[in-house]
Amino acid sequence: MSALVTSTERLQRLLALVPYVMSRKVVGLKETAAAFGIRERELVDDLNLLWCVELRGPDPYCPIDLSYEGGEIMISQATSIGRPLRLAVDEAAALLVALRMLGEVPGQQDRSALSRLIAKLEAAAGEAASVSAQVAVQLDSHNGEGYADEIRAAMDSGRRIHLSYYVPGRDETTERDVDPMRLLVVEGRPYLEGWCLRAEGMRLFRLDRVLALTVLDVPSSPPAEAEHVDVDSGLFRPSPDDVLVELELSPDGRWVAEYYPCQSVTELDDGRLRVVLRTPATGWVRRLALRLGEDGRVTGPAYLVEEIRAAATAALGNYAG
Amino acid sequence: MSKRKTERLLGLVVCLLSTRRYLTAEQIRQAVPGYPDTEDLFKRMFERDKEDLRDLGVPLETGVNHPFDEEAGYRIRQQAYELPELRLEADEAAVLGLAARVWQHAELAGAAAGALLKLRAAGIDSDLDVSAQQDIEPRLGTPEPAFGALWEAVRDRRPVTFPYRAAGRSEPQIRELEPWGVVNRKGRWYVAGHDRGRQATRVFRLGRIAGPVKFCGPSRSVIVPDGADVRELVRDWDSEPAREHTAVLRVRSGAGVGLRRHAVSVRDGVTEGWDEVITRYADGGWFADYAASFGPDVIVTDPPDLREAVIARLKGALS
Repeated sequence: MSALVTSTERLQRLLALVPYVMSRKVVGLKETAAAFGIRERELVDDLNLLWCVELRGPDPYCPIDLSYEGGEIMISQATSIGRPLRLAVDEAAALLVALRMLGEVPGQQDRSALSRLIAKLEAAAGEAASVSAQVAVQLDSHNGEGYADEIRAAMDSGRRIHLSYYVPGRDETTERDVDPMRLLVVEGRPYLEGWCLRAEGMRLFRLDRVLALTVLDVPSSPPAEAEHVDVDSGLFRPSPDDVLVELELSPDGRWVAEYYPCQSVTELDDGRLRVVLRTPATGWVRRLALRLGEDGRVTGPAYLVEEIRAAATAALGNYAG
Repeated sequence: MSKRKTERLLGLVVCLLSTRRYLTAEQIRQAVPGYPDTEDLFKRMFERDKEDLRDLGVPLETGVNHPFDEEAGYRIRQQAYELPELRLEADEAAVLGLAARVWQHAELAGAAAGALLKLRAAGIDSDLDVSAQQDIEPRLGTPEPAFGALWEAVRDRRPVTFPYRAAGRSEPQIRELEPWGVVNRKGRWYVAGHDRGRQATRVFRLGRIAGPVKFCGPSRSVIVPDGADVRELVRDWDSEPAREHTAVLRVRSGAGVGLRRHAVSVRDGVTEGWDEVITRYADGGWFADYAASFGPDVIVTDPPDLREAVIARLKGALS
């Protein structure tokens, strides 16, 4: 890891390390290494480097005096670098944009801490805060916002909920009991993460697909093996059981490649595309093919091609009478 | 990484912070160990060092101590360097910890971590009270490769060019844009600004940028007009039109759940096994696609043009 750290990145760390220790007066090596995400060995190297800094004014002097005996760091002198460097524009923006996004997340009861924090950071960042106004985040939360409050209340009181949940791929409403765990916002949409008793597994539920919700008079008791969904690896998890679906799209059907996660996208002539999608269930692909009409054609697997033909034929039969 | 360079840069920062007077390059060479004796080498190294410090956000000032001084010098004002005093309540610190996780592996994750480190260095313990916020986990991703360059362009107010594939077009066209801001709407990133080629305000979806984003002008050359609200521009671009039309449908009993959700009225069992659903829609083409997607479970009764459009889709699916 340290091999990838540039001189300026290390300088940045050193400039934070000095005030980190000074603001805490005395602090353990171990704890400090953890806070900076480095090994103790690297931290000791950093401290030695700080201690060895020498300036000539014109006689040589050491501006920084410190000790780390017995695993406890103390900095007794650090001329002028005792406070951290102010926030850079990127840093101020990263935090302020994230905070303003939090303000849009449904189901939060206490927004006062959020607005106080935003005001304090804006004041501390000064000019660096201004660019953050040029970045905005809007969540798709106009549907299901009311449910977020109820879910939050259920989580706070530790109770199970009952959901009527719409599954568009199968055009079905499903009824399920869920032990709510977390409210997530991923790819711009709010989700409930919870232990689904019907599926006996952790599931994510899009709030805008919740048709009805009841808080049950049953305590929420997700099993010990219930593990949080790893939201950082994306919502789409390929599985070895997936079906590989191949589609050919006309220029008017190209949006499909943008909208669904594709395994591969190949440009054909005249602006057409060939895409390969992986999916655990093909119901939604059949519906997609019917919707696309002549703008897209499923070319495999063969049984799905046949299913689509049968559905289109049956649908046209409805109009023949 | 070079340890000697880190030492030299650190010495340079401490030296320039400790002086009230501007120090000339030569005075700096005398005070900070590690610079070479050769004049040329020194100059080049010193230039690089200044640039590195400025990239880190160190406010390096240039000026003269006396109007008659011939050579400009350098210093760092303590007040401009330091993060101002900042105290957080426990609930505020908990929210800070949550905010720092929002970018996770995305483009600004490093910046968020850097900010958090500085705040911790100021004595704030952001992870003291995470339990209060563990049941909310928001994430902001930047999967679009164009994000990094466009964010820099917005930050530095620089114009850019990029190849853009507009909806339904297969050939990308080069666009020249004065970017005003980037907006994430419903999980997708957009950039809004002044399109120099079209001489008009335009919104672009980052996912449709089909190649590298290149700067085509200096920093601070883009002027964001007063009152330009990028959020609003993107919302207008992406907004749903009013649902002005009415469709009358036959929907098989138990099917078409998605249609029924937004229906104006549902009459059960108007014929054996079929319900009548009346619903409103904005765009005839889009709604025909949607109705066709239900296959044999939905029949459009009215209006006739919608009925014909659905029949055309279904025939298209068979062709």
